[in-house]
Amino acid sequence: MTKTNSEDYLRMYRQMVRIRTFEDNANQLYLSAKMPGLTHMYSGEEAVAVGICEALTDDDRITSTHRGHGHCVAKGANFREMFCELLGKEEGYCRGKGGSMHIADQSHGNLGANAIVGGSMGIATGSALRAKLLGQNDVTVCFFGDGATAQGLLYEVMNMAALWHLPVIYACENNGYSEYTKTEEIAAGSITARAEAFGIEAFKVDGQDVLAVNALTQKLVARCRKGEGPFFVELETYRYHGHHVGDINREYYRSKDEEKDWKENRDPIVRFRGWLVDQGIATEAEIEAMNAEIEEDATAAVAYAEAAKYPDVSEVDMHVYAD
Amino acid sequence: MREITLSQAVNEAIAEEMRRDATVFLMGEDVAEAGTPFKVLSGLVEEFGTERVIDTPISEPGFVGLAVGAAMTGARPIVDLMFGDFIYLVMDQLCNQAAKQHYMSGGKLKVPMVLRTNMGATRRSAAQHSQSLQALVAHIPGLKVAMPSSAYEAKGLMKTAIRDNNPVVIFEDKLMYQDKAPVPEEEYLIPFGVANVKRTGTDITFIATSSMVQVAEKAADILAKEGISVEVIDPRTIVPLDEETLLASVRKTSRAIVIDEGHQSYGVTAEIASRLNEKAFYHLDAPVLRMGAMDVPVPFSPALEDVTVPTPETVAANARRLCAGEMIHAA
Ligand SMILES: Cc1ncc(C[n+]2csc(CCOP(=O)(O)OP(=O)(O)O)c2C)c(N)n1
Ligand SMILES: [Mg+2]
Repeated sequence: MTKTNSEDYLRMYRQMVRIRTFEDNANQLYLSAKMPGLTHMYSGEEAVAVGICEALTDDDRITSTHRGHGHCVAKGANFREMFCELLGKEEGYCRGKGGSMHIADQSHGNLGANAIVGGSMGIATGSALRAKLLGQNDVTVCFFGDGATAQGLLYEVMNMAALWHLPVIYACENNGYSEYTKTEEIAAGSITARAEAFGIEAFKVDGQDVLAVNALTQKLVARCRKGEGPFFVELETYRYHGHHVGDINREYYRSKDEEKDWKENRDPIVRFRGWLVDQGIATEAEIEAMNAEIEEDATAAVAYAEAAKYPDVSEVDMHVYAD
Repeated sequence: MREITLSQAVNEAIAEEMRRDATVFLMGEDVAEAGTPFKVLSGLVEEFGTERVIDTPISEPGFVGLAVGAAMTGARPIVDLMFGDFIYLVMDQLCNQAAKQHYMSGGKLKVPMVLRTNMGATRRSAAQHSQSLQALVAHIPGLKVAMPSSAYEAKGLMKTAIRDNNPVVIFEDKLMYQDKAPVPEEEYLIPFGVANVKRTGTDITFIATSSMVQVAEKAADILAKEGISVEVIDPRTIVPLDEETLLASVRKTSRAIVIDEGHQSYGVTAEIASRLNEKAFYHLDAPVLRMGAMDVPVPFSPALEDVTVPTPETVAANARRLCAGEMIHAA
């Protein structure tokens, strides 16, 4: 095991724990009525965002979803600006104007979460078109859920991406549900076959296995840079919480046993942690220390955001039009 | 009289019409098992089954298109659009297809469908889940637009909408679902195009829609204490619009403020204000004032969001100035 690889692995682990920790704190803010509105937790799906984003550079772009905190952290965002945004504070990534469902982090190539299911598919594909037209070498990853595959827009943009060989990767996070409905009730046939019908190479991967996700993405990103895109990846994963933080009594659509099974037997963080220790990349003690440090970081960022100030009311009509 | 929530009122209206008419069915995202995220339609699938209460994929243009086709061929679909903001996704089906079939076919085809959706900010839901887009559809000939302001209106207007032979869009205020109002047990319908004079007054008329009716009434309470007598009118449907009732009121009071939660520019308020100007000009002592939402996307931060919509205080402040003659020369 070379030193660099070890560093990569540890960073992947750290990023997954950062997402989980961020979400636990965000959930707590909601439960204690300190967060305005609702938010959608990414917990359980960490290996997807991290496996993919660790294969990207800051120049590569992503588009995110309503369940976007994971993508945002994985693409390099800071806790402070994220919590400030969730609380509608001036120092948030969007000066409090966007909130959880619209966090964008331009500095790391995150073009933004989106509250319209499927709403970012055009944006992602357009970003890839720009890369091709301007001779730039970056790749765009379009994250969306299984539910979003029902939007016609996906098929319009995949057709164009395939015709024009655009450097875009469609990453379908199949967590088994869209809101309160099981995927099999809303998706006919095969999801990957839909991409294949356009001549797009499509893959299915275990979204709870960060190494598998990362290895595949590295290959696809490299091929995109050579003009071999687009690609489609379906990642099998699971959300631990309800559809949003307020979706607490959910047994009418999803059993406790099913949730328990995914959490106890397929948790992406637990699995990867075991592997790191087995391979001698980190000791249990080192991992515990890392977890504790991340927790402290989050606690400090939450406290900072709670004390931070709201934007001045005069900002309300700023940013409607660009200068 | 018993009191029920706006949510229960909508549910009852739909259930009663589905019992009465076997061609009525309901379709939308998470309408069946979940009864919608706002739980408005809970219990309907248990009574009517999954054949008539249909969960759809997240394909808004698709299922609104299906509703148009089903309506043209003998059914009476009610489609549920989870948030009013998603109207943009279905504009072609609604405005090019549903709205125009009757006219384009020389009166031969009919599209008796209802699109029920919502509006309203200050729920901390940010720019894509907070809009009040009634002006967009009210602009299109062929669509009727209802805006219930309480549980009573929600029930009576929904029943009329379901029986109407045209596409009807109903905007419910998503912050009002738990608000209770007296609703009779006996069946009633509220005809379209008949405004409701909520209170009579002599100094100024407030014409307010949906969420803004409460705001107008609170403003009227504030002003009553100061000796300003306000007439509050709820048009209930903006298409068709009960011009006569509005004009009669303004001829009497000679001043008016029109209040609606859509963006102020090119909005519902502008349309109503200009009709009053055209038809009651010589009775007016002051320019008719529009009060809509600020012309900005709805911001997430509570510190910003709350100032984007009219409040009882801002309405009362404007009314005071109008009554004092201050704004007569306003630009
Ligand atoms: C156009 C549109 N339709 C409906 C919704 C309401 N909605 C928000 S999330 C969601 C489910 C999305 O499911 P999926 O794409 O699988 O993502 P997940 O929540 O599972 O991550 C729905 C229906 C929306 N935000 N936008
Ligand atoms: Mg899903």
